[in-house]
Amino acid sequence: MGNTITSKKLKTIEEAMSLIKSGDRILVSGFGNSGDPKQLVAALSKQPIKDLTIISNDLGSPGIGLGALLTAGMVKKLIGNYYNWNPEVADAFNAGKIDVQLVPQGSFAEAIRAAGVGVAAFYTPTAAGTELAKGKDQREFDGRMYVLQEALKADVALINAEKSDTLGNLVYHKTARNFNPLMAMAADLVIAEVGEIVQAGSFDPECIATPHIFVDVLVKRG
Amino acid sequence: MFQMDEESAKIRIVKRIAREFMEMSSDRDIFVNLGVGTPTMVADYVEGDHVFLQAENGMLGVGPAAEPGKEDPLLINAGRVKVTETVGCAYFDSATSFGMIRGGHIDATVIGAFEVDQEGNVANWIIPNGKQLGVGGAMDLVAGAKKVYIAMPHTNKKGKPKLVPKCTLPVTGYGEVDVVVTEYALFRFKEGRMILEEIAPEITLEELKEVTAAEFVVSATLGTLTE
Repeated sequence: MGNTITSKKLKTIEEAMSLIKSGDRILVSGFGNSGDPKQLVAALSKQPIKDLTIISNDLGSPGIGLGALLTAGMVKKLIGNYYNWNPEVADAFNAGKIDVQLVPQGSFAEAIRAAGVGVAAFYTPTAAGTELAKGKDQREFDGRMYVLQEALKADVALINAEKSDTLGNLVYHKTARNFNPLMAMAADLVIAEVGEIVQAGSFDPECIATPHIFVDVLVKRG
Repeated sequence: MFQMDEESAKIRIVKRIAREFMEMSSDRDIFVNLGVGTPTMVADYVEGDHVFLQAENGMLGVGPAAEPGKEDPLLINAGRVKVTETVGCAYFDSATSFGMIRGGHIDATVIGAFEVDQEGNVANWIIPNGKQLGVGGAMDLVAGAKKVYIAMPHTNKKGKPKLVPKCTLPVTGYGEVDVVVTEYALFRFKEGRMILEEIAPEITLEELKEVTAAEFVVSATLGTLTE
């Protein structure tokens, strides 16, 4: 097409990594190795930082995806909902090496959305009366019990999209969308790994799933 | 007592549930979320175009597993199986997906269980101190779907009843179960009571009671459990 693509948000993966610090709370997108920012996570696992709180649906598989952060000893706490695909999580938790907070998947997704839209907490019927409601306020509305779920906010979000335009508008691919649009709203710094960057104006505005206001840094997948 | 082999038992259970969905969808479209394992097999026996499968990772209109060589690694169901699209399929984010579930837009979910008790409580998410650490969408599905179907073997691997007076494992949802189908029986929960509506042709009511620790009422119109 001949046009020069310029973007104020485009950075190298090294520049992006320099923005992440020890002790950060980090949202990481993906579900079962679909829609996760694989290159950002691989680069993060080589950084000299620790004590991270990782907020994600799952933790990949042993040594794969987010599993690499646990293997590298960088994790202090996990907040998520499904670690059965990576038995190293249960091992580390049972050995007292990490803290794990399980949040039912729907409450987890909504809590991230809430953080992104300025809602501090909400009542959900999910988990009422169960072990996962322990320590949370429970009250009745219209004869049914509900649990207070607080928003899940983070310092950094690492997300993944199929394509971005030069402004940072994002489009996704099928079930790789999952938590990406939610996490894009819920962190102070949002870093998106994208497969392709096109000129602003190339996308049909009706098809943009994440408007560029939410995205701070773009890293092109290598 | 009559013992059914595992595979035949699964097929009997999922065919019976598939028949429920075909009846429910006789005059309208219905939306169903299937859990991993045996529940997924329900889809193989649903005929017609009016039962739509939802996957909680963000897809409505889940088709059969992709053929080898034609998989899209990013197109998966909630059990990480690489699947295909049906005509009219749609994708959405996880909050919208669980909005469908929690908001009462999903007609039914089918899940397995470790235990179901006579009050309609279900335990299916964790065995404490084990190698598994996850809840996934189980609690949202039992709380949100209009009808909760349990597809499970009648007894556990040690031959002990899975239908119990009170769940001993951590509960997934209280009073949420609507229908339980095993290889031996179909029970429905109505007004706080567990009612036996269908019994397998190979066993007697006395035999069923021996492998069912939960208390149940026998329907006045007790039928035969058929596929």
